Amino acid sequence: MIFLNFLISGISLGSIYAIIALGYTMVYGIAKMLNFAHGDVIMVGAYVCFYAVSRYGLNPFAGVALAMLVCTVLGMVVERLAYKPLRQAPSLAVLITAIGMSYFLQNTALLLWSSNPKVFPSIIGRGAFKLFDGRLSVSHVTVLTIASCVVIMAVLSLFIGKTRLGKAMRACSEDKGAAQLMGINVNATISLTFAIGSGLAAIAGALLCSAYPTLMPTTGALPGIKAFTAAVFGGIGSIPGAFLGGIMLGVIEIFAKAYISSQLSDAVVFAVLIIVLLVKPAGLLGRMTQEKV
Amino acid sequence: MTMRRLINLKRVEARRIYLTYAVVIVAYAVCQVMSSTKFLSSSMRGMLVPICAYMVMAVSLNLVVGVLGELSLGHAGFMSVGAFSGVAAAIIMQKTITYAPLRLAVAMIIAAIFAAIAGFLIGIPVLRLKGDYLAIVTLAFGEIIKSVLNNFYLGMDSGGLHFSMLTDTTRLLKGGRLIIRGPMGISGIQKIATFPAGFILLMISLMIVFNLVNSRSGRAFMAIRDDRIAAESIGLDITKYKMMAFVMSAALAGAAGALFAMNYSTIVANKFDFNTSILILVFVVLGGQGNMLGSIIAAAALTILPEKLRQFSEYRMLLYAVILIVTMLATNNAEIKEFLGRLNPFRRKEEAE
Amino acid sequence: MTKAKTKYIPVPSRAILPERDIARDPVLECVNLGITLGGIKAVDDFNLTIGRTEIAGLIGPNGAGKTTVFNLLTKVYQPTTGTILLNGRDTHGMDTRQVNKAGIARTFQNIRLFKNLSVADNVKVAMNNEMRYNMLSAILRLPNYKREEIAAHRRALKLLSIFDMQNMADVPAGSLPYGAQRRLEIVRALATNPTLLLLDEPAAGMNPSETAELLDSIRKVHEMFQIAIILIEHDMSLVMNICDGICVLNFGQIIAKGTPDEIQNNPAVIEAYLGRKKEG
Repeated sequence: MIFLNFLISGISLGSIYAIIALGYTMVYGIAKMLNFAHGDVIMVGAYVCFYAVSRYGLNPFAGVALAMLVCTVLGMVVERLAYKPLRQAPSLAVLITAIGMSYFLQNTALLLWSSNPKVFPSIIGRGAFKLFDGRLSVSHVTVLTIASCVVIMAVLSLFIGKTRLGKAMRACSEDKGAAQLMGINVNATISLTFAIGSGLAAIAGALLCSAYPTLMPTTGALPGIKAFTAAVFGGIGSIPGAFLGGIMLGVIEIFAKAYISSQLSDAVVFAVLIIVLLVKPAGLLGRMTQEKV
Repeated sequence: MTMRRLINLKRVEARRIYLTYAVVIVAYAVCQVMSSTKFLSSSMRGMLVPICAYMVMAVSLNLVVGVLGELSLGHAGFMSVGAFSGVAAAIIMQKTITYAPLRLAVAMIIAAIFAAIAGFLIGIPVLRLKGDYLAIVTLAFGEIIKSVLNNFYLGMDSGGLHFSMLTDTTRLLKGGRLIIRGPMGISGIQKIATFPAGFILLMISLMIVFNLVNSRSGRAFMAIRDDRIAAESIGLDITKYKMMAFVMSAALAGAAGALFAMNYSTIVANKFDFNTSILILVFVVLGGQGNMLGSIIAAAALTILPEKLRQFSEYRMLLYAVILIVTMLATNNAEIKEFLGRLNPFRRKEEAE
Repeated sequence: MTKAKTKYIPVPSRAILPERDIARDPVLECVNLGITLGGIKAVDDFNLTIGRTEIAGLIGPNGAGKTTVFNLLTKVYQPTTGTILLNGRDTHGMDTRQVNKAGIARTFQNIRLFKNLSVADNVKVAMNNEMRYNMLSAILRLPNYKREEIAAHRRALKLLSIFDMQNMADVPAGSLPYGAQRRLEIVRALATNPTLLLLDEPAAGMNPSETAELLDSIRKVHEMFQIAIILIEHDMSLVMNICDGICVLNFGQIIAKGTPDEIQNNPAVIEAYLGRKKEG
């Protein structure tokens, strides 16, 4: 029963990682860049949600919607201002810019909202379902998190697989030049990708802080790195990979905390990542591309 | 195409190397004079050793990122290994080597050896991967090193050295000393790191890196960077050369870590986290990949900058971020690049010849 | 590296060699070589024997699998079937680097120079394996470092002078004009002391006078080093002029082998290049 409890909290944490990892993976797939500022978009989303709900008394779900709106706009603005001018630049330059953007967001948050941790109110209260005569308790937040993740995955897969815009995104990630020649607006498509990724980050922020209620300007940093790891774990660029990688990372982390050592749990997570990459160098579901000679 | 317009690489490289040595020596002399005439504020004087350490870090990372062309996000991990092993060695040798500069030198060598071993062990799995995957694994190793050191206990008593993981079970005899205390790190360090020592370490690092780059190994590193497939086709052992660059880089980072740590009375593993790795990477990218002088200047500028921005108090990190972004945008803008290129006196002379 | 057991089946009837090489062992023998890429047999049942000093042409329409053959010989791809014997040694299990050490050097269709290195360094890096000094001598600039570097530099300049490029030695390779880049690739390949040189479309993108110069240079290289050369080329005048023997590929299979004269009059070759005339 304890095992089941750990498994469920692992899946729940993993669901959050998966949602964040989607943002990393989509942006990587299309813009071939590691958007290090993504973790901080989560934090911004959480703050917006926090203030909307606790200061202005908005309905929690309206708060999440507002946070999504703000983050979507933020993601597009960041892309337009900082990344678009570097489309032709070497990838390291883009990486450093993204790191600069991450510092920028963190420090802006520090000035706006101070470094004092805020206690985030859960968006659906602190209740729990009791199963097996109360021996297994699953909080509402956990259920909502897992459900959100599944819904997001399903909707996103449909969007990418079936719609025109989704096809445009796939075309851009394969070959931007060819996509442009086929009449696809590449810039708009990249912008859309950032918008979707950032909107999802807002949801992840609200869910993350509902489960772990301390909110600080640096809240997004570590989950950001771990979700990025999850994206690589599953095979960066692959959407099912982000889902699988996220869930596995969450489960491994919780189990490592429970059964090995809470201080070494991060080390265990990263060690598993290294082993996976050695066996499958492109991640679990990633495709190995061979350079043409 | 006329041959006159082409750059003579050999001349440019030689000039760049001598310029780098000259700049470092002049800067050292100026700092020494300023510091002896009390021209430097005490906060600036306190930063001289860390700046030297960061310069060595930047130069060593540039060997991997700029010369070999692989992205490493865990360089602070080697600094950490060097800091802990070096300081522990210095404490152990406190009684045997009483002359502090010699103890520092020996500690830095031991730190370099430990970091090189770490680099070799990490290199075995890491160097089988490519590109972003290699980068993420170096990040992972950096975090693992941090976690492990955070849970590592090392003590010394009359019975020798004892260590344990997670909890302190070293059970030292009376009169023993617990050197590394898990998350509390090492405290009570004798601050034996000096600015001249930092200068010497920097000069040695530069000599090693420059001489290595201008040898058969360096040519191999750059060939692998420019075109891995062609490098294989002419019989280069890719793994061997990657490992060589990686281990050398780790060793220098270890020595820098020991120097850095012995400038403070306390060090903890959390000091050498992902953000430190990124900071050093920023030095390298801002200074120009493969450009050692650039790395050195960027390391100095970006270490002093937050200090100088102190008057803006809470806005300083924000300004730092903005400066970083604007610099990246500006240096990668074609028009600005061309403008700067016209200003460059060397380029102009070269074209006129 | 353990050598897997691969038996060599002699198929003398398929081999043709230039008369001057008959008395010596061939430099290369491919037997039943093949590879399947993405479910398609990109090269199948490829049998070829190259004489010690032969200049051979590998021709065929686009997509026939010519470059794939080079990639098999240099182990960029591991063959799925067949054997490659290089100087009588089975190359099974070897990788690109080991094959180079065993004597194959190549150039690439889409030029692959070390663009940021100088022209001389591009050549010297190819001599890496024969240079005898270690990292310590390099860092401390010991006498053997200087001696080896000077010797390597001299040899690089000598090789460059074959193509009249010695005065460009200190220029970055990436800034060379196109034709010079192609020639530098050949020099770099020669610097590894090959017994077999593979040239992948050496005349691509060259004008007729440059091609004529190239032809002379290849002849010169051949005479100086007495090595075997296989070249993939679409410029028929070059191929017919320089090659002792020609092998024609289509859809991954050899459709003809023979002297330039035989190939020019071979109906299967004409069909592959021009298509079959519709009857009636």
